[in-house]
Amino acid sequence: MLERIQVLICGGTGCMSSHSKEIKQAFEEELTNLGIKDEVGLVLTGCFGLCERGPVIVIYPDETFYAHVKVSDVKIICEEHLLKGRHIDRLLVKNPLDRNKIKQMSQLTFYSKQKRIALRNCGQINPLDIDEYIARDGYLALGEALTKMTPDQVIKEVLDSGLKGRGGGGFLTGLKWQFAAQSVSDKKYVICNADEGDPGAFMDRAILEGDPHSILEAMALCGYAIGSDQGYIYVRAEYPVAVERLEHAILQAKEYQLLGDSIFGTDFSFNIDIRLGAGAFVCGEETALIKSIEGFRGMPVLKPPFPAKKGLWGYPTNVNNVETLANIPVIFLKGADYFKSIGTENSTGTKVFALGGKINNTGLVEVPMGTTLREVVYDIGGGIPNKRKFKAIQTGGPSGGCITEKDLDTPIDFDNLKKLGSMMGSGGMIVMDEDNCMVDVARFYLEFTVEESCGKCTPCREGTKQMLDILNRICDGDGTLKDIDELEKLAHMIQKTSLCGLGQTAPNPVLSTIKHFRDEYIAHVVDKACPAGVCAELTHFVIDDGCIGCTKCAKNCPVNAISGWPKQIHMIDDELCIKCGACKKACPVGAITSIPSIRGEAV
Amino acid sequence: MKTLAELKKLRDESLKKMTMRYTKDGFRVQVGMGTCGIASGARPILNEFLEQANLRELKNMTITQVGCMGECAYEPMAEIIDESGQSYVYCSLTIPIVREIIEKHIINHQPVTRYLLSTRKDK
Repeated sequence: MLERIQVLICGGTGCMSSHSKEIKQAFEEELTNLGIKDEVGLVLTGCFGLCERGPVIVIYPDETFYAHVKVSDVKIICEEHLLKGRHIDRLLVKNPLDRNKIKQMSQLTFYSKQKRIALRNCGQINPLDIDEYIARDGYLALGEALTKMTPDQVIKEVLDSGLKGRGGGGFLTGLKWQFAAQSVSDKKYVICNADEGDPGAFMDRAILEGDPHSILEAMALCGYAIGSDQGYIYVRAEYPVAVERLEHAILQAKEYQLLGDSIFGTDFSFNIDIRLGAGAFVCGEETALIKSIEGFRGMPVLKPPFPAKKGLWGYPTNVNNVETLANIPVIFLKGADYFKSIGTENSTGTKVFALGGKINNTGLVEVPMGTTLREVVYDIGGGIPNKRKFKAIQTGGPSGGCITEKDLDTPIDFDNLKKLGSMMGSGGMIVMDEDNCMVDVARFYLEFTVEESCGKCTPCREGTKQMLDILNRICDGDGTLKDIDELEKLAHMIQKTSLCGLGQTAPNPVLSTIKHFRDEYIAHVVDKACPAGVCAELTHFVIDDGCIGCTKCAKNCPVNAISGWPKQIHMIDDELCIKCGACKKACPVGAITSIPSIRGEAV
Repeated sequence: MKTLAELKKLRDESLKKMTMRYTKDGFRVQVGMGTCGIASGARPILNEFLEQANLRELKNMTITQVGCMGECAYEPMAEIIDESGQSYVYCSLTIPIVREIIEKHIINHQPVTRYLLSTRKDK
């Protein structure tokens, strides 16, 4: 019987951890009970992107979008919606503008402002079913390329599209393919770099989980273009769902003879194997990644020779990032001109961003290049929660920098972000509001790079450690003005002398926070104060006369440091206070402020 | 997979299972499935619409169910909305009537006035 309703349940890692698997099970049971199991299709898809509202389910044909679905909601959805066709009002998402409930997924501003190319199938198809990928023109690009195009034509198409590497480098993909194709060798390799390591970025995981076949297809296309018959996907073991779905996809593709020998009846053969990484950030750097596949410690080597000349086991190798590859089939299906028509002149196509931090719609968004940061943060991201003020946005993860309010209207592309002292990176976007201390943010990212530095070259191994020590000193209130100069000096030195991208970009968060928020650094070292009230040693909370005695602060204090009777002004015991800021957040009248202090004592 | 034609054939077959996720045009058939509708036999009617759509490979319609349509005495009812937003409410449906409606209205675009309860144009 034809299914009259299809229920798509988000199976991204975010929603899975909030029980989307159990939700699917509950649906199965409930539908069997109601006797309508045959009429209703259940599909566990990839990430829908709106992770903030997860677990998310979408019910077709009406495209009804339900958010924050719990296992206990399944019964009522089945009885009311699936059986009687009534919407469950309380599970719908509200329109932030007029507070009306939105019924259709496409009406959510979160989706209507996006343009999905790399994420085209995420949340739309069942990633475990190759037929659904094929129904969406999957493997058609490969088939047409193999039967109608020469390898040179394939490279030209990619070159014409202007696609640039989405992993951070921003190098022309077509050119990379051309270099690998021009290297003469009887053996060549194609590597998919799925070692996504930026804190807060998860677009590659979403693509691998939601649309694994698009990566396989693109790798095979690349193999045909450069003359390789073997591909490797280097994916971190921390992505078990992605690994499982990739393995499944490879098996299915082999079964359909879309991988293996003589694909589409031609003499082109291509195989793909998975190599698991241990989750080291440095292995995202292509030479370190190659070392890791070869079985050595993941350490970068000097370029040149570039992998296109001498890569895996000494053979020419082409390394592309997951999101880059996800764009490839579309370029062939719709043409290079279509791809070029999206985005800006020098940055064509779209880019996926992982929105995180102080923003309402945490999740994955894909927008055309040239969209302004303001549109991403306010229209798609839904703005800053709790009526706080926007302070800065960190792009490019630990290799990027901060962008402030005054640059919010800059169109996003590779060149513009670089001009602002940040970078595209892999597309992480962390939004910060006035409660974030920028010195602390810089310290957070530097802690990450110190931890992840492989230790091969001295500037990165020792230099970043020294910078972190200085930052720790500043945050503890022991810093001096000279420390800020020292930080800048060290930063420039590390940038110039490090071996690989990790070290060369590691000082970026520090430099850009010093550039945009020097006043905060000065407050830390001169006034011995943390304006945002984050650095515990430099914060001292007091309750002023505005206190209405509502007792909310006392109730929220985790260490019972606040005393006072209802309707009387409350007091904070500084000895007990751990400076967590819970009271400040809880106060309805803003009577609690953090004031400068030296090592915890009020000045 | 040996040829491109083979792939395209598989694509078209697989797409049939997924059309409801991507077709937004054509007719929209809404079957009243309030308590009254279910009690007077709306489920076999809904199933018949689906069977027919499947059998005749009709791609220009989506079938869904809605709550009580208000005229309980005339159940089972179905509302058919065409692309222009014109709506036709059919009442007191039986399986042969459904077949007739599919044949005449959905395939040949001729509403079957005999069974119409009302027509209306939205917007």
